[in-house]
Amino acid sequence: MLDLPTSSDESWRYSDLSALQSVWPLPAPVRIDVAAGDSAHHHLLQNAADSAAAVHDYVVTVGDGARCDFHVLNIGGKLGRVTIDVTLGRGSHFELGGAILGSGDQTLEIVTSVTHAQPDATSGQTIRSILSQRATGSYLGKIAVARDAQRTDAFQSVKAMLLDRTATANAKPELEIYADDVKCAHGATVGELDKAALFYMASRGMDPATAKTLLLRSFVAGVFDSVADEAVRETLEAAAIAKLEAMV
Amino acid sequence: MLTIDTLTNEIDGKAILKGLSLTINAGEIHAIMGPNGAGKSTLAYTLGGRPGYEVTGGTATFDGADLFDLDPHERAAAGLFLGFQYPVEIPGVSNLQFLRESLNSQKRARGEKELNGGEFIRLAKEKAALLGLDMDMLKRPVNVGFSGGEKKRAEMVQMGILDPKLAILDETDSGLDIDALKIVGAGINAIMRKPDKAVLLITHYQRLLDYVKPDYVHVLAGGRIVKSGGPELALELEREGYSDVVGAEVVG
Repeated sequence: MLDLPTSSDESWRYSDLSALQSVWPLPAPVRIDVAAGDSAHHHLLQNAADSAAAVHDYVVTVGDGARCDFHVLNIGGKLGRVTIDVTLGRGSHFELGGAILGSGDQTLEIVTSVTHAQPDATSGQTIRSILSQRATGSYLGKIAVARDAQRTDAFQSVKAMLLDRTATANAKPELEIYADDVKCAHGATVGELDKAALFYMASRGMDPATAKTLLLRSFVAGVFDSVADEAVRETLEAAAIAKLEAMV
Repeated sequence: MLTIDTLTNEIDGKAILKGLSLTINAGEIHAIMGPNGAGKSTLAYTLGGRPGYEVTGGTATFDGADLFDLDPHERAAAGLFLGFQYPVEIPGVSNLQFLRESLNSQKRARGEKELNGGEFIRLAKEKAALLGLDMDMLKRPVNVGFSGGEKKRAEMVQMGILDPKLAILDETDSGLDIDALKIVGAGINAIMRKPDKAVLLITHYQRLLDYVKPDYVHVLAGGRIVKSGGPELALELEREGYSDVVGAEVVG
């Protein structure tokens, strides 16, 4: 049986290892193989019970010229961890839209590793986190570009919003590039609710909870815009709004 | 409608308003003019309840209620509207969403029936047309990418939709060219020039007063009202300057 990871393991550095114990050892990851030229949509609504530990591991291969869209809403459990390990074929595309909404003592994580193994592949990752109380939200995103993977174009956009000074956001991009004709953009910001906007909204009559919820909804809006199935999009948005309303 | 009595306040420990008194009755339009740094915007923000604008003394009574007992959103629900000199941009929130939430929050607080989507859109269309603002503008995020003039017109559309009893308009004329000034002035008159409403116009220049005729003009200097009069006072100030009218030592 595998030993429990420790916080010196880089990908577990910000995790809740005591919560992890209850589900260790982890089952084998879910495999998703998108055949060459195909297009696939996947989503995960991680909304485990308050005290639970939920770990979802995915290994994704995207064939030549194929496309995979993945949407993650990570809101439940004491520990909620989603890992996605992607390998991209020639001219393929991977798109991740992820939202982390954490409160109480939750530790919520999205850990990705995207390998551009062949030329001309593109990938995009958009992560928005909102954290209150003593919650910890982490995004660890590795992009590896193989020696022959010329004309790789990858981006990571990571933004976190802290509602309390006691909440923590971690954002750790990691680039490992062996090709020379490569575009890899990454941006990470951590901020608080705009006080000027909150006063402006209050001056128009909005009560504080309504104003905060509206600002937070606009902060995560866009993450789920590209969900193709309308019913899925509505499910994800409704779960996100319910969680936000409980947080403000 | 609004009675301010010997109001004093502080921002970061610095006294700005130093015993300001002013009474505004229903049906009246008052203009407050004054040199830079006199405390004009501070007065507006203090009445609106902006965090950090600490009241250290005096009272303000609005429609029988102690204004400083109310949170900013409660002041709005009670019928106070604050027009911002620099309207705030809110990316990701459309004007329509912003205004519908605002109006319905106010209605909930007053125990009135909220407007549904269709009713709200009809109201928004009517008020936007009054200010010559395209409905497409209202679908865009609040003030994002708006020119100075568009922001001020959007503020007046907000005022029209929220239909306050008392509007405190802080330098609503700044950043407006003559055409926009006429439109905004006409908008203020159409929305607020009524026997049961009142306006406090805060302005640096007299030009807005050509379009919105005040009943009373006050000069604010050094944190106090130092002179009050009729509309002719504004013209006198424009002609002779603040120092000559109220004394250099007062303006200083």
